Amino acid sequence: MSQPLLQLDQATIRFGGLTAVGDLSLDVHANELVGLIGPNGAGKTTAFNLITGVYQTTAGTIHFGGRNIRGMKPHDLTKLGIARTFQNIRLFSSLSVFDNVRAATQLHRAHGIRNALWRGIGFHRAEKEVETQVLELLDIFDLGRLRDEEAKSLPYGDQRRLEIVRALATKPKLLLLDEPAAGMNPTEKEALMKLIKFIQTKFQIAIMLVEHDMKVVMGICEKIAVLEYGRKIAEGTPVEIQKDPKVIAAYLGTEGEDDDA
Amino acid sequence: MPSLFNSQPSTALGGAKRWLVAGILLAVVVSLFSAQFNRYYLGIAIDCGISIILAVSLNLINGHTGQFSLGHAGFMAVGGYSAAKLSLVCSPMVPDSLKPLLFLAALVLGGCVAALIGLGVGIPSLRLKGDYLAIVTLGFGEIIRVVVQNMDSVGAASGLKGIPKYTTLGWTFALAAITIYVVATLVNSTYGRGFIAVNDDEVAASSMGINPVRYKVTAFVIGAFFAGVAGGLYAHHKQFLSPTGFDFLKSIDIVVMVILGGMGRTVGVIIAAIVLTLLPEVLRQFADYRMIIYSLIIIGLMMARPQGLFTTGWKKKGVAAV
Amino acid sequence: MEWFFQQLINGLALGSIYALIALGYTMVYGVLRFINFAHSDVLMLGAYAAFFIAPAIQPLVPLPSLTGALLVTLFSALICAGIGILIEFLAYRPLRTRPKLTVLITAIGVSLFIEFTCQHKAVFGADTKPFPTLLPSTDFHLGSLLVSSNDLVVMFVTVLLLVGLWFVVQKTKVGTAMRAVSFNQQAAALMGVNINRIISFTFGLGSALAAVAGILYAMKAPGIEPLMGVQPGIRAFIAAVLGGIGNLPGAALGGLLLGLLETFVGGISGLSSYRDGIAFAILILILLFKPAGLLGKSSVEKV
Repeated sequence: MSQPLLQLDQATIRFGGLTAVGDLSLDVHANELVGLIGPNGAGKTTAFNLITGVYQTTAGTIHFGGRNIRGMKPHDLTKLGIARTFQNIRLFSSLSVFDNVRAATQLHRAHGIRNALWRGIGFHRAEKEVETQVLELLDIFDLGRLRDEEAKSLPYGDQRRLEIVRALATKPKLLLLDEPAAGMNPTEKEALMKLIKFIQTKFQIAIMLVEHDMKVVMGICEKIAVLEYGRKIAEGTPVEIQKDPKVIAAYLGTEGEDDDA
Repeated sequence: MPSLFNSQPSTALGGAKRWLVAGILLAVVVSLFSAQFNRYYLGIAIDCGISIILAVSLNLINGHTGQFSLGHAGFMAVGGYSAAKLSLVCSPMVPDSLKPLLFLAALVLGGCVAALIGLGVGIPSLRLKGDYLAIVTLGFGEIIRVVVQNMDSVGAASGLKGIPKYTTLGWTFALAAITIYVVATLVNSTYGRGFIAVNDDEVAASSMGINPVRYKVTAFVIGAFFAGVAGGLYAHHKQFLSPTGFDFLKSIDIVVMVILGGMGRTVGVIIAAIVLTLLPEVLRQFADYRMIIYSLIIIGLMMARPQGLFTTGWKKKGVAAV
Repeated sequence: MEWFFQQLINGLALGSIYALIALGYTMVYGVLRFINFAHSDVLMLGAYAAFFIAPAIQPLVPLPSLTGALLVTLFSALICAGIGILIEFLAYRPLRTRPKLTVLITAIGVSLFIEFTCQHKAVFGADTKPFPTLLPSTDFHLGSLLVSSNDLVVMFVTVLLLVGLWFVVQKTKVGTAMRAVSFNQQAAALMGVNINRIISFTFGLGSALAAVAGILYAMKAPGIEPLMGVQPGIRAFIAAVLGGIGNLPGAALGGLLLGLLETFVGGISGLSSYRDGIAFAILILILLFKPAGLLGKSSVEKV
């Protein structure tokens, strides 16, 4: 197999005496769909925060695209190709749907202050390109009709989708989705599963998924890693994970409660 | 006016730039006739123009980028003193025909010195938020005042006198037009959405590839530059500068203009700047009660309309059209 | 060496006053998370209250005397506690759920309102008035050191109030409730704490301390005027931030440090005229290296 896109090597972070994530080793390859599961407080979101540079590892290394990401800020990592959504939706609430996505595209535009002020021919061309690109993205996810709405006025499901669109606008190689199915009903979850699969094929990117809903995770992920108390207790295909006695013990047979996540 | 800062593809002088040129031309033409105007009203008109520059530039820091600066009067002081000093030193050596150039140089110098200080104040803003940033900017304003009060070369506590009267209606409103153009076009571009994104959610903005630090410092530097220019205009308008003129209260005045106009709403802030500059003149016969009324207006405004008096829907629509 | 001890005593006396005022800022910040700009004006009102009460009780209790001074201070503190509670009720309570910035601007508005109203000739007038002598004062000479009994009183009162406040916050039911509200307002409300009462109490307590500080400050100052609270207010505010805003021992420590700093710097010739600026410069430096203040805990934003 080729070199992994994302490589966690014994990544560890401690807050005081608490080891939130300990010795986590995990590979994510290009265009792979990986699930990260575990009970509440197992360190899943913290792992995301390590990968996106919100927190720095206290020990171990993380490589992305062959580069050690130590010391890099979230915006640097976005440039390298990591994008994410948040567990508690974090849209730019005072911006319109269109502008939420537009703000995320600027990374790949050549123009900065000077062009924004001078507004030459090149500026207008670039802005037009951004517009086309944003509208295309919005249309793919059926949000084009809402382009002028304020992000905060959107229904919950649309906000979740807009957050994904915004992340995609940064043209990532790896997309991290933090509990995208939270608060959704079974029909919406069904649609979300299709959407995630669709993103994987359409944009040819790797996706990492933190999710409580087993049906969603088992249904779409190619590989699953299980965390408990910050440690990885299992890794494998959905079928392997479902049979793993350690995983079953960690969940204490709560498989039946999947849907309330 | 949804088309005001709309960037429709067009000729070299298209879109927003056309408005800028029109604004400057109008200011210069009206200025040619300023001899016809009553001197009192002319003075007030210039005051309004200076207020517009101050309020619109602070709006970039406090309104769009969502920081809380209480030090705008400090930037104004730095710019005013630098500009005034330059023209005081150089005006005897410069022939009358070149005086406008000297004035321009003085204003640019004032703006640049203020921008440099803005960079210095902007850097703490990388680490500080909200109340802490407010107190640091307030402290910075006080430090400026104390330093000026102890500098004999700028008249210390007794003030700087005899500054040449270069400021005209044309200069003031041409520069106001430039300020409005810079802030509005900057914010209304893909690049500029970053200011508002940082304001809305810094963590999310950072995760979208927006460097919050750079945006915040940029806002401080640009805001400070125009505050410095406004200080230069003020110095060559009043012909006298005193350190007490740039105290905490002056900073509050500008903050109130931004809030009254609606944080981040350019047109509202311009109207608020004019209204709040005219207010003391209107309340002239109630001079004793003027400041009491003013403080009550601030409280009442916060209770009744904290989003500002002059907020309309135009901002959203104008922006959505790219 | 004598110079050092002289400045030390002056600094501790001044710092004690700052500490008392800073406690008010920090307590309000603790429960409501905003800077109560009007706090410095409550201090001024405390001094004016004493100014008017002193002649009123003169026929009953002789002044200057210890009993007289205590009575005047007690009444002033009660009046200011009432004013503080009233300000919160009228101006801040309606804005409880609004953004912090809105409340901050309102607080600035309230502060300006009090200052300009008091400056009006129909109220106190803008001129400086001599402050009545409340306590008989003597100067002690220790070698070449000059110690005013007033300075000792200031320090003694501050220590007494600090201990009292510590007792209230740590050992009483209302203090526990205050800490609970400060920790998590909603959770405290769910546990049956009456949030409004606790916030009123906090404002009352902070304002009473401000009144005492105002009287102590007036005893050292040449006289009283409506803007007398502004400078000590700003210093105390810096002290609170310096110690870590929201942290009571931090406020006391910050106040003392700032008072010492100011007198020592002020005592160096050539630097004395920069005294006002240096307090701020130090503040900015400290915030740059320790943004949460000396004793404050930095909070990490949850993502």
